[in-house]
Amino acid sequence: MSKVIEGLLYADSHEWVKVEGEIATIGISDYAQHALGDIVYVDMPEVGDEVTAGEDFGAVESVKAASDLYSPVSGEVVEVNEELEDAPESINADAYGAWIIKVKISDASELENLLSAEAYAKLCENE
Amino acid sequence: MEDQIQKTCLHDRHVALGALMSPFAGFDMPIQYAGITEEHNAVRKHVGVFDVSHMGEVRVKGPDACKFVNHIFVNDVTGAPDGQIFYGMMCYENGGTVDDLLVYKVNDEEYFLVINASNIAKDVKWILQNAEGFNVEIEDQSEYYGEVAVQGPEAEAAVENLLGLEVKDIPFYNFKTLNVDDEEIIVSRTGYTGEDGFEIYGSHAFTRNVWDKLMKGGVQPCGLGCRDTLRFEVGLPLYGDELTDTISPIEASLSMFVKLDKPEFIGKEALAAQKAEGVKRRIVGLELEGNAIPRHGYPVEVNGEQVGEITTGYRSISTGKSVAMAMINKPYDKLGTEVEVRIRKKTFPAKVVKKRFYDKNYKK
Repeated sequence: MSKVIEGLLYADSHEWVKVEGEIATIGISDYAQHALGDIVYVDMPEVGDEVTAGEDFGAVESVKAASDLYSPVSGEVVEVNEELEDAPESINADAYGAWIIKVKISDASELENLLSAEAYAKLCENE
Repeated sequence: MEDQIQKTCLHDRHVALGALMSPFAGFDMPIQYAGITEEHNAVRKHVGVFDVSHMGEVRVKGPDACKFVNHIFVNDVTGAPDGQIFYGMMCYENGGTVDDLLVYKVNDEEYFLVINASNIAKDVKWILQNAEGFNVEIEDQSEYYGEVAVQGPEAEAAVENLLGLEVKDIPFYNFKTLNVDDEEIIVSRTGYTGEDGFEIYGSHAFTRNVWDKLMKGGVQPCGLGCRDTLRFEVGLPLYGDELTDTISPIEASLSMFVKLDKPEFIGKEALAAQKAEGVKRRIVGLELEGNAIPRHGYPVEVNGEQVGEITTGYRSISTGKSVAMAMINKPYDKLGTEVEVRIRKKTFPAKVVKKRFYDKNYKK
């Protein structure tokens, strides 16, 4: 059973968001890391890049395949998790600890489109 | 079509082991059990077992068997000792590839062909339609045979000790038939991993028994995920990637298996012309700078213009490098040529290298 954490918001494309003030920290869910298998590379944007809600901003790659990352929110990338360059497998070990990017949210109303932990857990059950 | 998906005789074993299952070539197959990396390393360092029961088997028998196999096969089986195995392709008249396959020589009047699961229907039709005028009997035995591949440096010990089969004396690319519980089974020293190993063919009941004994003996079950990473690292082609109905063996850089000195075979004229005049494109190896991973279908560019595409690519598990096989137009196929691979929105520098990223460890 995949882990879903209370207090985070989720996209149906399996990213999680932790909102602190105007900063959204974004990663992929435990369900997503499990479905991908051994993660060997994370393709991340650069600080200063703009991301748009629902559009791809990079990819997580397992041995077998590349899976696009979709941003749950719009805004400017203010930080990327450089530790993932050398240790992408940390997403497999701790999907909610190994964040990917931090975004300065430009439109907080977009958060309303995201799923609660409960709703996301239900989505995973049905997949 | 979902409801027509086939199951191998080991399907229930895979499900019980908790394998990640996925459709492949019309079969619901295990992609991984413990994880691709762990299974890959088990085969490189110790031993692993694959369910390859989805593969097709066709038996050709009759007074013209040798002549007929030589007619449809680009390699040359003439004069071979009984028990020898040949790798090669069946080609169309235009040189495109019908399939790549193994031919087991039982004797001058009997051959056993092992074909790709994805091509069984197409191959059987092709073989039958080209058999006209030859005194041969052709039997598709794909549904009868189960098959496992036991691969890795400890494969011989596993097959001898856990299965009780005498295989030490089988040379590389040879096979023997054994009688086990009144059943004739086939064991060959072959595989698709670049390691020593055996492929074992028998009835479904026999295959289940073999699998269970190997599991009990602690052999790592391995899925199609690492089957692909293993074959890729040693430069072996996969039909659908490096060989297709529009890619000839010459273009796939496999001309060593095409025996143009044979009197005749289907596709000879086209392949001889390709060899003499040179091909416009061929499969090469690429090594990328950095960590980005090239995947099937990604464009290869020189000065912003596409000169080819990736056929298979991975972060090599054994070497850690981002490497690929790619179909590249001439003259960019020369060793050391600098190209760029387009991966999503960016391009990454790469250079042409030999398409063997890891050395084979066959026991010859």
